[in-house]
Amino acid sequence: MLTLIGKRLIQLLPTLFFVSVLIFSLQQLLPGDPALIMAGEEKDPEVIEQIRRQYRLDQPLPVQYLYWIGGVLTGNLGESMRLKVSVLDLIAQKLPVTLQLAVMAMIIALVIGVTAGVVSAVKKDTWIDYAVNVFSLWGISTPNFWLGIMMILLFAVTLGWLPASGYVPLWEDWRQSLATTIMPAFVLGNSIAGVIMRHTRSAMLQALSSDYVRTARAKGLFERRVVLKHAMRNALTPIITLGALEFGTLLSGAVLTEQIFTIPGFGKLIVDAVFNRDYAVVQGVVLVTATTYILLNLLADLGYILANPRLRA
Amino acid sequence: MNKALLASLMAAAALTISAAAVQAQQNTMRIGLNEDPDVLDPTLARTYVGRIVFASLCDKLFDIDEKANAVPQLALSHETLDDGKTMIIKLRPNVKFHDGETMDAEAVRYSLDRHMTMQGSFRKPELAAVDKVEVVDPLTVKLTLKTPFSPLLSQLTDRAGMIVSPKAAKEAGDRFGAKPVCAGPFKFVDRVQQDRITLERFADYWDKDKIKIDRVVFQPITDGTVKLANLKSGQLDLIERPLATDLAEIRSNPNLKLVALTDLGFNGMWINVSKGEPAKGPLGQDARVRQALELAIDREALNQVVFNGEYVVGNQWISPDKLYYQEKFPVPKRDVSKAKQLLQQAGVKTPVAVDFMVPNTTEAKASAEVIQAMAAEAGFDMKIRLVEFATGLKEAEEGRYQAFLLNWSGRTDPDGNLYIFMKTGAPQNYGGYSNANVDKALDEARLKSDPKERKAIYERVAAETLKDNPYLYLYHRKVLIAHSNKVEGYRQMPDGLIRLQGVSMKR
Amino acid sequence: MTATVASPAAPAEAVLAVESPTRRALRRLAQRKGAMVALVVILVLVALALLAPMISPYDPARQSWSAVRKAPSALNWFGTDEVGRDILTRILYGARASLSAGVISVAIAIAIGVPVGLVAGYAGGLIDGLISRFTDAMLACPFLILAIALAAFLGPSLTNAMIAIGVTATPLFVRLTRGQVLSVKAEDYVEAARAIGNPHWRIAFRHILPNVLPALLVQATLTIATAIIAEASLSFLGLGQQPPAPSWGSMLNSAQRFLSTAPWMAVLPGLAIFVTVLSFNLLGDGLRDALDPRSK
Repeated sequence: MLTLIGKRLIQLLPTLFFVSVLIFSLQQLLPGDPALIMAGEEKDPEVIEQIRRQYRLDQPLPVQYLYWIGGVLTGNLGESMRLKVSVLDLIAQKLPVTLQLAVMAMIIALVIGVTAGVVSAVKKDTWIDYAVNVFSLWGISTPNFWLGIMMILLFAVTLGWLPASGYVPLWEDWRQSLATTIMPAFVLGNSIAGVIMRHTRSAMLQALSSDYVRTARAKGLFERRVVLKHAMRNALTPIITLGALEFGTLLSGAVLTEQIFTIPGFGKLIVDAVFNRDYAVVQGVVLVTATTYILLNLLADLGYILANPRLRA
Repeated sequence: MNKALLASLMAAAALTISAAAVQAQQNTMRIGLNEDPDVLDPTLARTYVGRIVFASLCDKLFDIDEKANAVPQLALSHETLDDGKTMIIKLRPNVKFHDGETMDAEAVRYSLDRHMTMQGSFRKPELAAVDKVEVVDPLTVKLTLKTPFSPLLSQLTDRAGMIVSPKAAKEAGDRFGAKPVCAGPFKFVDRVQQDRITLERFADYWDKDKIKIDRVVFQPITDGTVKLANLKSGQLDLIERPLATDLAEIRSNPNLKLVALTDLGFNGMWINVSKGEPAKGPLGQDARVRQALELAIDREALNQVVFNGEYVVGNQWISPDKLYYQEKFPVPKRDVSKAKQLLQQAGVKTPVAVDFMVPNTTEAKASAEVIQAMAAEAGFDMKIRLVEFATGLKEAEEGRYQAFLLNWSGRTDPDGNLYIFMKTGAPQNYGGYSNANVDKALDEARLKSDPKERKAIYERVAAETLKDNPYLYLYHRKVLIAHSNKVEGYRQMPDGLIRLQGVSMKR
Repeated sequence: MTATVASPAAPAEAVLAVESPTRRALRRLAQRKGAMVALVVILVLVALALLAPMISPYDPARQSWSAVRKAPSALNWFGTDEVGRDILTRILYGARASLSAGVISVAIAIAIGVPVGLVAGYAGGLIDGLISRFTDAMLACPFLILAIALAAFLGPSLTNAMIAIGVTATPLFVRLTRGQVLSVKAEDYVEAARAIGNPHWRIAFRHILPNVLPALLVQATLTIATAIIAEASLSFLGLGQQPPAPSWGSMLNSAQRFLSTAPWMAVLPGLAIFVTVLSFNLLGDGLRDALDPRSK
């Protein structure tokens, strides 16, 4: 077991190295000159030169990479050219926002996905099954940004029930905070509810056809009790594992959703940085997101192995 | 878990009905901005929205009035000596910075020096004419110029004229923007990037009687519909730059007020006349082809279709209602047959293909599509290429385009709308235009300060540039501000900035 | 922009039944009503896209400045857009952009991903390690950010958006193919083929690839759905189809400015995306069930 974890951790290193190279070269691919954007409307050539020097844009790429990765290894992600704030501070500022959004989205996704999955498994091949199927697929079948726009149109513009945008931290005013995040959380959660539903359904089907459920039924237990207590308990492990995986997806899935709802989290930070060619921010945020994703993957795998003793060999 | 979530969902829905009530905290003004401002350091800042925040945060030596004339703010008066090579500025006494320090001649000298010498300063080019700044006495400074430079005064009405607390600036260095300390009506409280900037009333402001608001919160909201929805629901009290197509809705809403003024800038398109291979097409080579393109465009229809007719059509670097507009060159009417004729005279094969670079915004895209359709009728094939702003600048710089839709936010002095665009080799001369007569006139106008004389000189510029057409001026936006009825006493200046002097909030 | 990973179906078992696996799969697919309806919808969409010029009385680029942002009416069933073009016509023509973006980008992803996956799985060792770690790295970066960066680099156009999406989706196919190869490699008939001295490429193509196909088909269908949304997202950001040619994403981009004054501009192209993507998802799910030998 320990050697397995050790092996997985070692595998992590080359992956992270590739991630760092990938995101570094990626943003170098972006056309446009950050110094030119930085230079503002007047664009004085002298100012542009000076910016290039200051941010080492005049150095060869490998040198720039070494400077950056050297900083990363010593815990320094660099500074935002646009905002003159350290990237680490920016990330610390945004992480709670995106985390709150992701947790809310996950709750929504689990409620929708697990309920739908259980119902469709129990009512397999009936019209309820089909209806639930379509319902759960609609989440991954709509572009996040469109669903967001539609919800703003309905709940904020037309009905005026919810604020159209903005964000209030939980600790400042929790009710206002929920009000501002409920729509984006729903949009995000909706997009993964379908995946969770599919897996719940098949896990439930497997559990329902297993021996112990049959035994439980034979003992004359009520169907509801069979489903909820016996089948669901066994189906839950893979769902939780999947949840961990999808949680990583949520962190990065917030890209356009946050943009639409003006939620000042990771997604908005990164999109703005990409369009402003704020290199250090793009690199830092993608690095943190990717690392989180990889770690969650690892945890999910380990969880899966723990839950399935057969795989431990 | 299920029940708990449902309960909180319902709670969330229910409480938002009362959200407006919670928001109405007395005397806080919430302002919706179009974008997130950049760094809040007057020396290092470069965005337009940043200037809106500065208007409440940092006072300047001079401000502008409704007619865009310079009026004293931190200064009391100024005089120009030595044929324009010296400027003496008398300062307002008893002015305090937010940190309690006194604003005096030494602080002015420090701030101007900081603008002129700090690494990464964007004010350097604006103050390039200034040779040195000296303290004459605690309330008098003397600026010595390298050459006479009439636009200097107007530069001092903007960021270059903002005075910062030397003590705070020395301590913070290049991190000053994280907690700016100036002498404006409001002082900095905090900022959450991309979310909000909070300022509170400065008790020792020199003009404190005019300040009737306790707190100002600026919130960047990029989406026009969302911003307006927030204004209507009372989440915001005032928004800048609402969409032209939403103005009818704002006017018809009894709870909202709309402020509209023609702005100082211009909108139109560059034509690449000399930069690299793309300039070698008929459009870049032959002024008749450019004129044909101009005649193919119906400015009124463009304004109607894309902006509901809310903007102002124009053909010069300044809108027709302004002092420096050259009446001798009126806005040309659309004339497709004449455009076709010109193309024939030029002997070009139609359709003339044009690589038409367009910034990737919804308004620019719609304008470009309408222009494309109009130009097609005269024999142009405008191939639209959407570019992100970042890419567009680089492409323009390197001349990889034939036509480029690009606007300018405008400056109070006409020099700011002309010199850097039309002078040979100037930083924003994207078309690569070069005309010795224009260069001479542009330099000459900088030496004169009498508006009549300057207007006469600029007439020579108009005669050349409007014939050569390296830039097709099409329309002028409006400064647009919408606010709720609760906001009283709001007055708009032509630069579009939001000034809160004299503004109050009805409970 | 969740990239759905199809659960790999087990390798096809040795054919014992009289019925061929393909026939069996088709028969089972036909039994799944949802998938069949989806298939019909997709075929209708393809037909509409191809026949757009015959169906619509309008030109998709034809502007009418006297009829700007008009609500749906008998003349324009879906209303008109910000420069007076017929929205129904633009949705029909836009289907071409969306469908081809979905299919072509997935084709690109398969063309790169399957060979690379085959190599990784077949070669093993250091090559496999490098490819797998790089695949992991790509999957760890936000899908849309990768696509945005690539599309911006290549320059905005529909073709480049397809390439960007295709390249970004490639790791999905690398991982899938590799996994399948690993599980098939140890099978007796592959061992046997190797023992009698068949060249590697022959083993890979004759013996391994056919076993990968079912899972590949399922993944491809589901990825088409993801790719259509990705194209819409890129066009929404202005990095896809260039004006005046229509695409559903760019129509939504224009609609943003008129949400409250002309909501039909946003509702209808979005519905078109929804119906199309839902159909591909349903079909993909149906295929998976039909091709999975474990299911009844």
